[in-house]
Amino acid sequence: MENSGDRAWRALIWTWTLAVIVFMYLPALSLFLASSTSSRYFMFPIQKWGLDWWQKTFASLEVRQLFETSFFLALWVTMIAVVIALFGALAFARYDWKGRSAYQKIVLLPIFFPQTVLGLALLLWFNALGLTMSWHTAVFAHLVWIIPVCTLVISIQVYSFDPALEEAAFDLGATRWQVFREVTLPVLAPGIVSGALFAFLLSWGNFPLSLYTSGADTTLPEYLYAKMIAGYTPGVPVLGTVSTLGAGLIVLLGYLAVVLLRRGGSTAKSAD
Amino acid sequence: MSTLAKLFPPGARQALPVLLFLLCGFVAPLLAVIAYSFVPPRTFSLWQPWTLENYVEIFNSSSYITFLWSLGLAAATVIILALICYPIAFGLARVFGRWATLITLLFTLPLFVSENVRIYGWILFFIKNGVLLGSLKSMFGWELESALFTVGLTLLGMVYVYLPFMLFPMTLGVSMVPQQTREAAFDLGATRWQVFKEVDLPLAMPGIIIGFLLTFVLAVGAIVESKVLGGQRIIPITHDIEIAFTYAQNWPLGAALSVLLMLVVGALVLLVLRRFDLDSILGRR
Repeated sequence: MENSGDRAWRALIWTWTLAVIVFMYLPALSLFLASSTSSRYFMFPIQKWGLDWWQKTFASLEVRQLFETSFFLALWVTMIAVVIALFGALAFARYDWKGRSAYQKIVLLPIFFPQTVLGLALLLWFNALGLTMSWHTAVFAHLVWIIPVCTLVISIQVYSFDPALEEAAFDLGATRWQVFREVTLPVLAPGIVSGALFAFLLSWGNFPLSLYTSGADTTLPEYLYAKMIAGYTPGVPVLGTVSTLGAGLIVLLGYLAVVLLRRGGSTAKSAD
Repeated sequence: MSTLAKLFPPGARQALPVLLFLLCGFVAPLLAVIAYSFVPPRTFSLWQPWTLENYVEIFNSSSYITFLWSLGLAAATVIILALICYPIAFGLARVFGRWATLITLLFTLPLFVSENVRIYGWILFFIKNGVLLGSLKSMFGWELESALFTVGLTLLGMVYVYLPFMLFPMTLGVSMVPQQTREAAFDLGATRWQVFKEVDLPLAMPGIIIGFLLTFVLAVGAIVESKVLGGQRIIPITHDIEIAFTYAQNWPLGAALSVLLMLVVGALVLLVLRRFDLDSILGRR
């Protein structure tokens, strides 16, 4: 009797979820449609399909410069965030120590904080220090938010990590560095890859923090915002579509990497 | 072991880089904001006599309206998202099985595209001759008014942007409910509604509350939605703060408004987080 009702419930939940997914992708679809018209203004249904605006956008030197700035910003953020967050995650989930519970909550605070206000706070702080804003200060600003996120993502992997593995290696005479390189790092690899993915992509797409802290350097989201409030240009949908597809591709590759690492990890474990 | 090792056990040592970084990247900037809120209006240096002028100006102005709009819209966003997300969270934890990963990825992906770009996508969807109205016109010959630049659409934008922040903590919460407990309740003759009310909801509460808190706090800071989708029909508090910092060139006033917002958000976060054991939510064994 539970079962017949169960099937109806499941169908309902599936339908609802798929409907919400469609809702989530309507903006991306609209951007894609608007980017593939040859006319200057967007009219739906599209009269003349074409990729002219894609060509024009990518031929622009300015756009290349934006990609470069955003890329190096995200790359530096990722490298620094992953190193600090790896240790942060071990402290978060691996060791029992006095003050851990308080530490866990402190780490969460920058995530539970309006980003516009955080960006402005950093602007005031850099100004009080007399720093000139550039993408270097933006790296610092992004880290304030991304290190905590990255710590959380890696922590989830650390929770499922068995400390006995490390102890066994110590018992067999491994040095601290050997244990870290041969045991801790490989076991945590899937978490580290996910953490790096989150760091890179969140930095790449961030707007509120860059807006106030990047000074004269312009990132892609900042440029798009300036363009979209200035009036319509089809370059915006083109770059928006590229961002969506790019993020999708990176997530897919990252997901495959995590799956491969997990598989590698489990075969190594069963081979022992 | 030396006293140094006792003072700094491995956990504390590994927490040190994060804590130091947050000290100069999070605590110090917030102190800077507080300090700036006490310097005379329209000045840019900290080294001068402090005053309460900025706060007096705020309490004599109509800023409370923007505060109320921000809090009200954030509360509405939380309620709508709770209703939208619960069935999906339940599905991710219990129904979707091997599809759960793919569905999670689909909900994560939009997070990586800048918020303002996605909001712009909604403009193209709703604008006159856009995806929605253009389709209706060509298919049925209907010519409707665009829904753009209304409070309702501001809310839609916020619901859309903050959906993942409600969904993921909620899913963690729902996954915490042991399947055996639910089955036991069903075996004892509980109805679906009773199981939901007496078993699912209370046991999933930590995750649900974290989702509420995160969504509310982020939504209070929302700005692009009302500026772009809402056509500035209403001004949320963050927009007021931004105006003070940019057009008005009145940093101290902006800082004072930020301090008030931080007080609301900070009190709420500390109050709620204090009661939670994060290990049990994030899955410590």
